[in-house]
Order: sequence, then C-alpha cells, then structure tokens
Amino acid sequence: MKKEFEVISQIIQNNKRVLDIGCGDGTLMEYLKFNQQNDVRGLEPQKDLVQKCIAKGLSVIEGDAEKELVQFPDKSFDYAILSQTLQAFLFPEKVLKQLLRIGKQTIVSIPNFGYWKIRLHLLFKGTMPLTKNLPNEWYNTPNLHMCTIQDFVNFCKEKNIKIDRSLCLTNERISEITNGNMLYKNIFSQLGIFLIK
Amino acid sequence: MPGLAGLFFCLKQTMNKEVKNIKKLIVNQSLELDCGKIIKNFPIAYETYGTLNKSKSNAILAFHALSGDQFVTNINPITKQEGWWTTAVGPGKAIDTNKYFVICINVLGGCMGSFGPKEINPDTNELFGTTFPVITIRDMVRAQIYLLEYLGIDKLLSITGGSMGGMQVLQFVSLYPNKAHSAIPIACSASHSAQNIALNELGRQAIMADPTWNNGNYFKTNLSPDKGLAVARMAAHITYLSKKSLQEKFGRKLQDTGSLKFSFDADFQIESYLRHQGTKFVDRFDANSYLYITRAMDYFDLEKQFNGNLSSAFKNTKSKFCVISFSSDWLYPTIENKEIVMALNACGANVGFVEINSDKGHDSFLLNVPKFLKTLSEFLNSTYKEINNEKRI
Repeated sequence: MKKEFEVISQIIQNNKRVLDIGCGDGTLMEYLKFNQQNDVRGLEPQKDLVQKCIAKGLSVIEGDAEKELVQFPDKSFDYAILSQTLQAFLFPEKVLKQLLRIGKQTIVSIPNFGYWKIRLHLLFKGTMPLTKNLPNEWYNTPNLHMCTIQDFVNFCKEKNIKIDRSLCLTNERISEITNGNMLYKNIFSQLGIFLIK
Repeated sequence: MPGLAGLFFCLKQTMNKEVKNIKKLIVNQSLELDCGKIIKNFPIAYETYGTLNKSKSNAILAFHALSGDQFVTNINPITKQEGWWTTAVGPGKAIDTNKYFVICINVLGGCMGSFGPKEINPDTNELFGTTFPVITIRDMVRAQIYLLEYLGIDKLLSITGGSMGGMQVLQFVSLYPNKAHSAIPIACSASHSAQNIALNELGRQAIMADPTWNNGNYFKTNLSPDKGLAVARMAAHITYLSKKSLQEKFGRKLQDTGSLKFSFDADFQIESYLRHQGTKFVDRFDANSYLYITRAMDYFDLEKQFNGNLSSAFKNTKSKFCVISFSSDWLYPTIENKEIVMALNACGANVGFVEINSDKGHDSFLLNVPKFLKTLSEFLNSTYKEINNEKRI
C-alpha cells in the first residue's frame, strides 16, 4: 500500500464510519475494513473499478461526487476521505463543502503543484509540467484545478475551514507542515494531506 | 378448427395434473391479505436446488418476476423449457448450486401450483377466477416466509431477484430486517411508475377484450383468452428489450421470401418473433394470473407503505445490499434503482451499487451478460466468505 494510504489509515484508526470518495479499486478501503475494522463505504465513477470493489466485498456506489454526495445525511461519517481527487472536480469548492457536511472530519490529499520539479519544468521548459504524480498532458489531464499546498491552506483560511493536521509527503517520507516551515514544504513536498473540519 | 382447440384443451388438462405433483407446502396458518381478506390452508409451490449445509447458512431465496415460476434452472418439468434464470443459477454458475442452496417459490396469485386464481375455492368448489382476492407484493412475501420456517432457515445468505423479483427483495428486507445477510435487488423500483402501470394496464385490457375471457370465468367454457394473453405478452416483451437490441437483431429484415407480401401477415421478422413469443406464453401461463400479478406490481409503493419516506423502510435492516441496474433498461431505469440506493444511504445502510453496461434492455438480468453475472457471483462469494470468517472468530 502506498505511503499516503498508510498515513490516512493511521489518522483514522479503528472502528470508525468512513466514506472514501473516488475510492478507485478500493485498496485503501480494503485496508481500513479488514485490517482496522472500520465500517467503510465508497463512491467511484468508473464502472470497472466499482465492480472490482464489489468483488472484494466492499460497499461501493457507482456515482459522481459532484452530484451524489447530497444523499448522505449530515455528519453521517466519522471521516470523509478525498484522496488526490479535489483538483479533478468541476467545482472543487462545492464538493469540499459537501464533504465537510457529511464527515465529522475530512481528510483531503492534494498533489502539490508548488513542488520544485514542477516549478523548474515550467520555468525552464516552458511547457505544462509532467511528473510521476501528474503524468497527463494538458489536453487530456483530468486535473482541472491544480493547486499548491500554500493555495489549499490559504483557501481553508478564507473559508473558515479548520485544519487540524497538515502533513506532507516527499519520496515516501512523511512530515508535519507548520507555519514556520510552510515556504520550504511548499517547495519540497509532492503531496499534502490535511485533516480538516 | 375444433380438433386443434380440443388438443389444446387436452394439453392444458395434463398440465394441470402435473401441477399437482410439484413440491408444495400447505400453509395451515391464516394470513390476512392487504385487501383485508383472510386466507388459510393455502398451498405455496416451490423448488430447491443444491444442498442446504448443516449450519443452514448457504440458503439463497430467489424471487421470480411476472412471468416466472419456481423452476429457476434446469428443465422446467411442466413447460419442458429451460428455467428462467438458467444463465445465473446452476453448478459452477454465478449463483453456484454446488455451493449454495437456492430456493424459489411460486408467488401468491401465480399459476404454477401456489394459491392463485387457477385454484379451487373450497367455499364454492369452483375455480376462483376473478373471485380470487387481489394480492400485493407484500402478501406474496409474507406467504413465502412460511416455507423458510418449514425448512428451518433462520437467516438467508442472500435474497435476490430482478424486476418484480427485486420488488420482493425490497419488501422482504423492510418486513424482515434481520433475515438476510445480503440483498441483491436487480433492475427494479421501490414504487411502480406511471409508465409501468400504463403498460400493465395495456396488457390487462388486451386480456379483458378477448371475448373468451368471459369476466375471468373462461374455465367454465373450456376456452381461454389466448389471443388477449398473447397480445399482452407481445406488448410486454417489447418493453423488456431495447431499441438498439431490436434494431440490431431484426432491423427491417423480412420473413421467408424476402419481399413484402402486401398483406397483414408477418412480413417482418420482428412481427413473427413477437407472435411466437405471444403464442409460446399462453401455453404456460394463466390469463387471470397475469391480471393478478400485474395488479400486485402496480400496487407496489414501498415509499407509501412508510408514509412517504422510503428510507424508513430500510432503517432497521442489517443486510448488505448490492443494487444492480442496466444502462439500456427503460422499464426500470437506473434512476429508479438509484432512488433505492439513495434511500439506503440516507439511513446509513450498507449498500453498493453498479449500473451494468448492456444493450439488452430490461431482460439483461435474464441473459448472458458477463459483467453482470461476474458482479453477482463475486458479491455473493464475498458475502459468503465474510459470514464464514465471522463464524470462525
């Protein structure tokens, strides 16, 4: 399992109700359910991935988070997870609002567009950056709203969203983001993981 | 053609005799129907496949749809045709009878041995016909619980069914929230839509317009409203398919000589196909049963049963759900299946949902649609494993 999922599983611990939005093939859900006894649900737009999840015994609903989160009652999950998907929505702000409504706490991870390799790519090559985490060309990328760790933190401040924990990942190494190291982390992290409410 | 009519009559008589030899449970308790009438000492006909294990934990109850019966798979001993869900049920199939014990019960109002309009009314010693009480999906499900009691099954591994079978699944979990580990409603709806009521009414009117129907008393005349029932079936059959599948299978292809005959014979292959579907159906189905069962479907409104809140129908359920719909099904479209999913989510139930891509329309659940059968098989398999793991712990 990838490091990001390990971090998320550690935050969640055991016996919680969890909704994984854009759960993919259910790798994280599987771990949360079978290793940590959480009560997990998933939402995923791709049929073949939904079928994979169902085969694993995971309760996943085929659907689009931009339209279908309304069906879940307020605070009906201990955690709502959105892993590296926020940037792919047409209206990320609306989706985030729904997550904050449904989950008592929400875990959001974002690929950091402020990562130094991305900055250098744009600076020197002058073309849209391609990296291991962002492998698609500008014309076929699902990512509509890329942001940096700093952008996300600013956004939360502006919208009065409380950030309980900020973590970042660089080459499988995890560390905390603080006010003091923000500038540095925004350059050297590939991924930001936030626990918000 | 009196000879031919006579032959048909003989055939039907032997069919009736055979119906008497199938597995039946006579329920000696009384059941108050939704219409207020009380029935007692009534038969429910059933069939089982596979072997019930010692812990009685491998039983799956399959509910049949409008035109189905208890003979899910293998050759139906009465009609000599393949069972209605042979694609999904059998050794090594999605619902594997080497592993699971599959039960199916002919619904109340049916014509394959269960209490229905073709049975004799003990008060008059005549067939019921249209004096049979109007039944509902809820009545059908409540009647089936007696067989589970009789078989000593406390909790089913799963309950499943498509179309009207799916409605029975939903009704079952709302009546008995703790009697099934999992539930698989397929291509169905929690309340019958206006369009579906309209289509059923079309079928009923076709039967009633046949003069031999005789207000449902056709059994007194040795004739039956075969024409009307065939037309009802033809109309219904169109609704089970999709425009695309019809176009691909038949297009404008002609019968026989390949040229138009300038008559009202079946020029087009689709006409001949539908006529065949109609005549095949009347050999095995009772016209009054068709009226009663379609009525039960039309009356089905789970939301109304729970005062306009579908979620309350599921609020106590412990079952794990897998709701399945088909992309080209316009009779029970994905949106209606999704309403069930939404209601389940609203009360925090354990639910998965997938829409299977298929061009085959509503009938997809009966046909060889590999992705559907795979989902069905894998969901059951994972449920079975989970239950056995729980037991070991």
